[in-house]
Amino acid sequence: MSSHNLKKTDIIFGICHTSDDNQNILPGGVCKTSRTKYTVLEEVIKKDPKDIINDIIESGLKGRGGAGFPTGYKWKFGAASPETEKYVICNADEGEPGTFKDRDILLKVPGKIYAGMAICGYCIKAKQGYIYLRGEYRYMIPELQKVLDEFHETIKKIGFDFHIDILLGSGAYVCGEETALMESMEGKRGEPRNKPPFPTIEGFRNKPTVINNVETFVNVVMIQKLGVDEFRKLGTQDSRGSKVFSVSGDTPIPGVYELELGMKLCDFVDEYGDGDTKAVQVGGASGFCVPRKKFDETIIGFEGIPTGGSMMLFNSSRSMYNVLCNYLDFFAEESCGQCTPCRVGCQQLIRGIKAVKCGQRPPEYLDTLLKLTDSMRLSAKCGLGQSVANSFSSIVSNFTEEMIY
Amino acid sequence: MILKMKDKDMINLKIDGKNVSVEAGTTILEAAKKVNVKIPTLCYHPDLCIAGNCRVCMVEIEGSRTLAAACAMPVDQNMNVLTNSLKVRTARKHNIELLLSEHNSECTKCYKNGNCELQDLAAEYKITNDTFIDLVPFHNYTIDHYSPSIIKDDSKCIRCQRCVRTCEELQSVSALGVAYKGEHMKISTFLEKSMYDVVCTNCGQCVNRCPVGALVEKNYIDQVWDAIYDKSKHVVVQTAPAVRVALGEDLGLENGEIVTGKMVAGLRKLGFDSVLDTDFTADLTIMEEGTELLTRLKRALVDKDPTVALPMTTSCSPGWIKFIEHQFPQLLPNVSTCKSPQQMFGALAKTYYAQERNLNPANIVSISIMPCTAKKFEADRPEMRSSGYKDVDFVLTTRELAVMLKQAGIDFKSIPEEKYDSIMGQSTGAAVIFGATGGVMEAALRTAYEIVTGREVPFNELNITPVRGMEGVKEASVKIEGTLPEWKFLEGATLNTATAHGLVNAKKVMEMVVSGEANYHFIEIMACPGGCLGGGGQPIPTNAEIRMKRSDAIYREDSGMPIRKSHENPEVAQIYKEFLEKPLGHKSHQLLHTHYVDRTKK
Repeated sequence: MSSHNLKKTDIIFGICHTSDDNQNILPGGVCKTSRTKYTVLEEVIKKDPKDIINDIIESGLKGRGGAGFPTGYKWKFGAASPETEKYVICNADEGEPGTFKDRDILLKVPGKIYAGMAICGYCIKAKQGYIYLRGEYRYMIPELQKVLDEFHETIKKIGFDFHIDILLGSGAYVCGEETALMESMEGKRGEPRNKPPFPTIEGFRNKPTVINNVETFVNVVMIQKLGVDEFRKLGTQDSRGSKVFSVSGDTPIPGVYELELGMKLCDFVDEYGDGDTKAVQVGGASGFCVPRKKFDETIIGFEGIPTGGSMMLFNSSRSMYNVLCNYLDFFAEESCGQCTPCRVGCQQLIRGIKAVKCGQRPPEYLDTLLKLTDSMRLSAKCGLGQSVANSFSSIVSNFTEEMIY
Repeated sequence: MILKMKDKDMINLKIDGKNVSVEAGTTILEAAKKVNVKIPTLCYHPDLCIAGNCRVCMVEIEGSRTLAAACAMPVDQNMNVLTNSLKVRTARKHNIELLLSEHNSECTKCYKNGNCELQDLAAEYKITNDTFIDLVPFHNYTIDHYSPSIIKDDSKCIRCQRCVRTCEELQSVSALGVAYKGEHMKISTFLEKSMYDVVCTNCGQCVNRCPVGALVEKNYIDQVWDAIYDKSKHVVVQTAPAVRVALGEDLGLENGEIVTGKMVAGLRKLGFDSVLDTDFTADLTIMEEGTELLTRLKRALVDKDPTVALPMTTSCSPGWIKFIEHQFPQLLPNVSTCKSPQQMFGALAKTYYAQERNLNPANIVSISIMPCTAKKFEADRPEMRSSGYKDVDFVLTTRELAVMLKQAGIDFKSIPEEKYDSIMGQSTGAAVIFGATGGVMEAALRTAYEIVTGREVPFNELNITPVRGMEGVKEASVKIEGTLPEWKFLEGATLNTATAHGLVNAKKVMEMVVSGEANYHFIEIMACPGGCLGGGGQPIPTNAEIRMKRSDAIYREDSGMPIRKSHENPEVAQIYKEFLEKPLGHKSHQLLHTHYVDRTKK
């Protein structure tokens, strides 16, 4: 059944970089932490930070949280600041509906995350890192902290001056937005800031900060471990490497899978669909809905539809109107509420499609709402408000009849 | 060389095809102003930090994926900005329409009708039909009427957060904050209590900055009309110093035009039986407060009384009083026991004035015109009934008086000037400057120095410039030399003073007093930025530029007065002779002094 075009990879969970061999991996991929040596860091400390950053630029690695900013350049900007107080933050506020891959990474290979953060700290000259952990992942803290304590001990021996603390979010989706996350870390209301200044100039506590997704840090470690060339062999021109996907919905085999980037959606559906897939929501509630007729032409990657990892499959028993209502209810609830297009726009979208469905507004009102989403995309303050348009316009324009009748 | 350095920091860009060169760090909005390109704004206010949340000032930057908020976006080299492209117009119109859809648009019944920034934008963009669904019915909005000063109507709020920023940045009160998120996000108070039940100082700075009708003063216009038309009542009105340099702004005159005579004429035309001046009790305050300060100093220096609370702070500003009652109750003994000039006036109107004019105080209605919303709360305080009646019955803001003058059809521009009535209508330059930050300090020094030394303060033309101006905290010291025999203990002493305006600065000074860092003897605090001239009841808009103009006007008025020292006010001399006997005397204590409440205990 497996398509030859779909390459399963084993980079993120597979090779346990943290020791010299693979013997430390317990069944299920969990690193046996007691003998972790973090040898990759011993290599890193011999290198010039500039070379490491160039490696990452060369590798083509793009942020794995969804937005896909080139990681190497972000680090380069962070390193460029002459400030002495800098921070590294790992965004583990995994809140996108349908995304649960960071949970697996955190549970299985926390050492790789810590090592990736330490490399970042070494490159940008930051001594302090934070993991901003989703509130619902509170239960992980004892295990994460245990590994972290060992990590601190080990890297001290290697000669690394880097310390990581774990902070807990409180459940707001918007706090996954990097500047809202920093506001939240500072004890304030989690509201996105105006950009510029970007975090690499003024981030946490107004100091230069590099913030990356959990998976991005792991990828950095693997680039160091495997070498740039090995890494570049995976994926496509615009989408290097592999990606951890959270597969859910109408699939017989839901779960977390690591796949090479740049695959065709049809191949993905062949592998994971239930034979009756009518649409795939790529990238969660803030992503795009792809209907069956476009499976063949859709590439999952930065040249096609980028994703933070969420792949939700829907079969023909599902009402796309209900799916959209669900997303819009979520956004109307989870907008931070500060900017007009997002706070009011989300309310108008959900009330608007309901009004069309029950005949209070004519079907043409959907066009008014589509135009509104254009303005939301253009004028909302942060990625949350800007991306509401993605699911709305892709569902409404591909499943117009379902919205009306 | 210097020029070259300067060139390096200059950013060249294009806005709507016009070349602009500005310093790095300038926002697009500021740059656009330079070339007279108007970009509409809503959440932006020059007194406050940038929020960038209304998304009305959107502009297009060529090559950029999204539009940018002009208020928040710094300029960049060779930027090409379009402020009127189709994308911009559509997004702006959408955002205005969205704001209107969540705003209770009952404009004809709104107190802010005609002075509403959202209404202006709706007019400019000709929003004539309901594109979007009216969201007001879906929310369970309430109107908070309980405060005697401020009405908060959440159904009109557009969440621009100007009030929140005002309360935090200018006043460090944070009575208002943002609660909840998404569609439930609202501007709220601690546990969503009434403004009356929280740490709000009633300063009204939020009211002055609210672009819509979500925060307005509680108005008493109809009650005042009723009193005026009640033949059995004798209605006296007092006008605060800062009103005369701002009222004109609401009536079509220039910022900072002095309209004292017109205002008096207008009030008389409205039908007030007697038009009097709070300036009179401002002078009286100086006599009482100056004497109180000197008495405290004597007790500390001569009697070595360890219980004397120094530094002494002023007590004219009711916003400041409520602030210290909430935030520094341990320092309440340091606050002068003098009532504010408004309340001194009120107590005297129904005693001394009634006696002199042979009126039954029960039939006197005492009205005050104030630049202030906190004065409404102050007049309602239970302590403020020492005449046996409510000393001040109704307090109107400068804005409310402007409304009444308009309602009466008075052509303010052409009305000939008139003079205040007597008694309690005489004023000095010292009283006028009460309206500006540093004014009470200057007036007090003019009098206290002369009492102690028998000579005028050693400043050119009595202008004590170190306490003037808009700096947040102003320190000044006066060396006392050549004292009269009864003040010998002050010989050679240096009187250290501090003057702060805006509660954020008051807090700084109070923290220094608490920590023992400060060695002040006398502190003037005004709750509002710029002092009363920037009060919460003053015409909207108020900003730094306008405050400066009003301040200039106040000092112009002072220097033009024939009498410029409080103790030389003949009516003040008269009231001590005929009624009060002496400063801090028995009657003074009864009518002119008060006590305060520790509001941390409930």
